[in-house]
Amino acid sequence: MTMTKRIITNLLRLIALGATVAAIVVMVTSHQSAEVFNLTFTAKFSNEPVFKYFVVAEAIACGYTLVVLILSSRSLLWRLIVILDAVMTAVLTSSISAALAIARVGKKGNSHAGWLPICGQVPKFCDHVTGALVCGFVAAIVYALLLVFSLYSALGPVFGVKP
Amino acid sequence: MVPVTKPKGWVVLVLRLLALAATASATIVMGLNKETKTFVVATVGTTPIKATFSAKFQHTPAFVFFVIANGLVSFHNLVMISVNLFGKKLDYKGLRLAMIAIFDLLNTVLVSAGVNGAVYMAELGKYGNSHARWNKICDRFKTFCDHGGGAIIASFIGLALMIVISIISIVKLAKSKSNTPLLGEP
Repeated sequence: MTMTKRIITNLLRLIALGATVAAIVVMVTSHQSAEVFNLTFTAKFSNEPVFKYFVVAEAIACGYTLVVLILSSRSLLWRLIVILDAVMTAVLTSSISAALAIARVGKKGNSHAGWLPICGQVPKFCDHVTGALVCGFVAAIVYALLLVFSLYSALGPVFGVKP
Repeated sequence: MVPVTKPKGWVVLVLRLLALAATASATIVMGLNKETKTFVVATVGTTPIKATFSAKFQHTPAFVFFVIANGLVSFHNLVMISVNLFGKKLDYKGLRLAMIAIFDLLNTVLVSAGVNGAVYMAELGKYGNSHARWNKICDRFKTFCDHGGGAIIASFIGLALMIVISIISIVKLAKSKSNTPLLGEP
């Protein structure tokens, strides 16, 4: 792999690493208590299984990115890395998709099921979770770009260009 | 070692047929998921007041995305099977295997997003969320929940098959043009 391709790949991986770490940190530190009719209403990310899955999935992607960044000098397993990049992209998109589905219910409610939105009572928690989801979305998009770029640089001869 | 591609041709075909069956059944079962029930809402004097509630998949955007994603992936599998069976000579500037691998990867990501969005909405419907005061709906709409659960299971099977198909496509792509061994410098 030429120097330029290696720099671009490592740069994309660094951005993805930063995005996943930010998503994890912002999601884990999101909690707010609100008093509604003398009842304390605590909103934490761990109350909702989706956000726990989001944190776990981002952590898996973060760990994988870290390992690949550290081992990037030895490119003997480049085909395995391309395949694992594809799997990580699927994991990241699945986590953001699930978290977005539940977050939409929290923000807009679901009148057919009788689920009221909770963002009116805990606006700070909602903003925190929104920030974490934006970071997760950025991580998913960067990983998709990374996958396309890994395929392009690792399988260069196939595309008719020199690797 | 000589790469064996001829006997492997039918493995991908069988996998694609299974993935097509799984995603198509997920689309159809979730697309036709609808249940209407009449409940007694209140009792005024001695006459019970009934109200009709319906559970449809369109009420939840996650399920709508699930149906669309699985529909697209089953269409992709259909196109790939027909190209495999009838269009062996179709090639665009030598990029046939590359396009197959890229499309397989894109559709794996699509079905992964669709099924995971739907599974957490289903979990919310089945268990509710006491902290947010969201009641579960599966105790009242049992058929809706059962059908949805079946569609999600079928889509998960389709996802696993799509991952295996993507890996086979990437390996085929890597082996076809370059003569390097499977593990080595590009």
